[in-house]
Amino acid sequence: MSDIAGTRPALTWVVHLSVAALVLLWVFPTLGLLISSFRTADQIATSGWWKSLFPSEQNLTLRTAAPETQAQQDGIYVIEGNLFGEAGDANISVWGISSRAIDAFEPGDTAELRKGGTITVASNGDYRMENAEEFTGSRGSRVFATATTPPEFTVQNYNKVLLDPGNVDGMGNAFFNTLTVTIPATIIPILVAAFAAYALAWMEFPGRALLIAAVVGLLVVPLQLALIPLLKFHLSIGIGKGYLGVWMAHTGFGMPLAIYLLRNYMAGLPRDLIENARVDGATEFQIFTKLILPLSFPALASFAIFQFLWTWNDLLVAKVFLIDASGQTTVMTNRIVELLGTRGGNWEILATAAFVSIAVPLAVFFAMQKYLVRGLLAGSVK
Amino acid sequence: MHPAIQGLLTIVIGVSGCVGYFYFSNQFLDKVLFPARGPNAGRNINRANMIRPWLFLFPALAALGLYLAYPVYETLRLSLTERIPGGGYQWAGADNYVQMVAEPKFWEAMRNNMLWLIVVPALSTGFGLLVAQLTDRIRWGNVAKSLIFMPMAISFVGASVIWKLVYDTRPAEQDQIGILNAVYIFFGGTDPQTWLTIPFWNNFFLMVVLVWIQTGFAMVILSAALRGIPEETIEAAILDGANPFQIFFRIKVPQIKTTILVVWTTITITVLKVFDIVFAMTNGQWETQVLANYMYDKLFRANDWGVGSASAMVIMVLVTPILIWNVRNARKEMR
Repeated sequence: MSDIAGTRPALTWVVHLSVAALVLLWVFPTLGLLISSFRTADQIATSGWWKSLFPSEQNLTLRTAAPETQAQQDGIYVIEGNLFGEAGDANISVWGISSRAIDAFEPGDTAELRKGGTITVASNGDYRMENAEEFTGSRGSRVFATATTPPEFTVQNYNKVLLDPGNVDGMGNAFFNTLTVTIPATIIPILVAAFAAYALAWMEFPGRALLIAAVVGLLVVPLQLALIPLLKFHLSIGIGKGYLGVWMAHTGFGMPLAIYLLRNYMAGLPRDLIENARVDGATEFQIFTKLILPLSFPALASFAIFQFLWTWNDLLVAKVFLIDASGQTTVMTNRIVELLGTRGGNWEILATAAFVSIAVPLAVFFAMQKYLVRGLLAGSVK
Repeated sequence: MHPAIQGLLTIVIGVSGCVGYFYFSNQFLDKVLFPARGPNAGRNINRANMIRPWLFLFPALAALGLYLAYPVYETLRLSLTERIPGGGYQWAGADNYVQMVAEPKFWEAMRNNMLWLIVVPALSTGFGLLVAQLTDRIRWGNVAKSLIFMPMAISFVGASVIWKLVYDTRPAEQDQIGILNAVYIFFGGTDPQTWLTIPFWNNFFLMVVLVWIQTGFAMVILSAALRGIPEETIEAAILDGANPFQIFFRIKVPQIKTTILVVWTTITITVLKVFDIVFAMTNGQWETQVLANYMYDKLFRANDWGVGSASAMVIMVLVTPILIWNVRNARKEMR
């Protein structure tokens, strides 16, 4: 039976390996940005993010403590300390005291300082300077070291991008604006569409089939067509550019998918249930609120996720209907595009800003994946 | 007023407005207009039930009409008129279209859009099918699928940043921080390339971003379709001695042909609307223009509503065959 598909060990291995390769390929780009957002600007600019996971060898310029910290021991002046501040996991392989010979000494060697005295550096960065006379000057001596430093990450980028109010490149404001756009733009269409979907699924009236066909047709109408006519309309009724306009636009653009998804789901509910309720004298309004809405929860959740992801991630609608010349109402996607223009090389800012905006949808995605998949399966026109 | 409070207020007003509208309009219909009592009770109930669907439908229909149907008409009208300095419009016939067709940038956008239309749906569907088939029988398949599905949740703009880091270029003497250049140098490339500025090929580097996002979508739908194939057909093929490739291409793929077509067309629609990726990564420079970005340029940079609307109509025309096909399928299914 070793010929049966999927049971040959060699083939199974090929399958496992190719899936692993594909997954890696798909995850790698995002992982790169995530890791970069936890590195300092220097680290990002000097080495690839994939190297940051392993200890890296770097040439560092370090400084000993200032002469004022010297102490007298047995008649000689001594300065002691650690070049990295405190002994950590860093490991010095070679060091020097001149920028022209940074690899002159091994750890444990003793070097003659130019201004008098000697210095001994251990591999973990501990040093001891000795001098028969008093050390002079206001600053410590420079030490050049080639050291292997362990992976090092920082949350300083996130502090700067999210919490620092003085930072003109900050995302805090845009984050709240995005939330302000997203939540009403998710909730209101659900309600409006649910009533319509119920009518299309369970009420008999002339023109019903035509309306359903129209909804299916409108599913694919590119929203690009709506930009100018609706902007003109908003300006003429006095809404102008602002939150109200963007909420209305998102409600309109989300409507076909909402009606389509919800109608398909509601049409699949058992007919007996609804007819029994009708026979028992429930009004259509009661049937809808007490019976249909609770039963349609999975479909409502699916659409809510779609609409949330789409409004959160949207750039075009916000640019056209929301963001005015003052720039106060900017959303995160727009901030990121601006940063790409002005701070194209500053990956620590870009990566962090992008991840701030990606994090929320990703959390929603992983928490509610079940509903998302269900919605996708129901929403693609079969 | 702080926008957040305004947002909360809008939710409250919007939700209670909706509920209030539906509740009171139904009450009005049943109690005032056609009360179900008195001499005409029977006739009144029938009449109320004829009107009620339209009460339920009205807000949704108004939104659909105003935000999707009316713009199609208005865009068509705008594309056939031109603005007169000082306000007002005048009939321009096909002038806008003639002007658009004369622009090399338009043809560049058309050519690129055609490339996108072929490459992205093909690759996304292909990869999606591959992953769906490979993960079907392995134990950690669901984890793998969920990771490949993940880019679906990432915005086009976020994805553009992610991929810009992949394509990043540093001068030759420095360490490369973009993984593509690092790999290129590792395999013997001499000079680091600025991938996004190489005409023609840079289009493909942009398409990769969309393929990366859309593969998850294709995979989810095709995976469900593969699971829906009757076991017996596969067992019969195994008994007849078919090898795994024959089973896949001769037994499975033909049975999910319609689903593949659905996935393909859905991705096609997404491709036609793609704007953010090009806007964020190259903004149409270095010969990467596409129709949606061309249209945005015309509408909001050049402020030329006539030509902008004309190019929007081109997108609409390209979508129309799929629109008709979808509507026909939906009607067939309902019967």
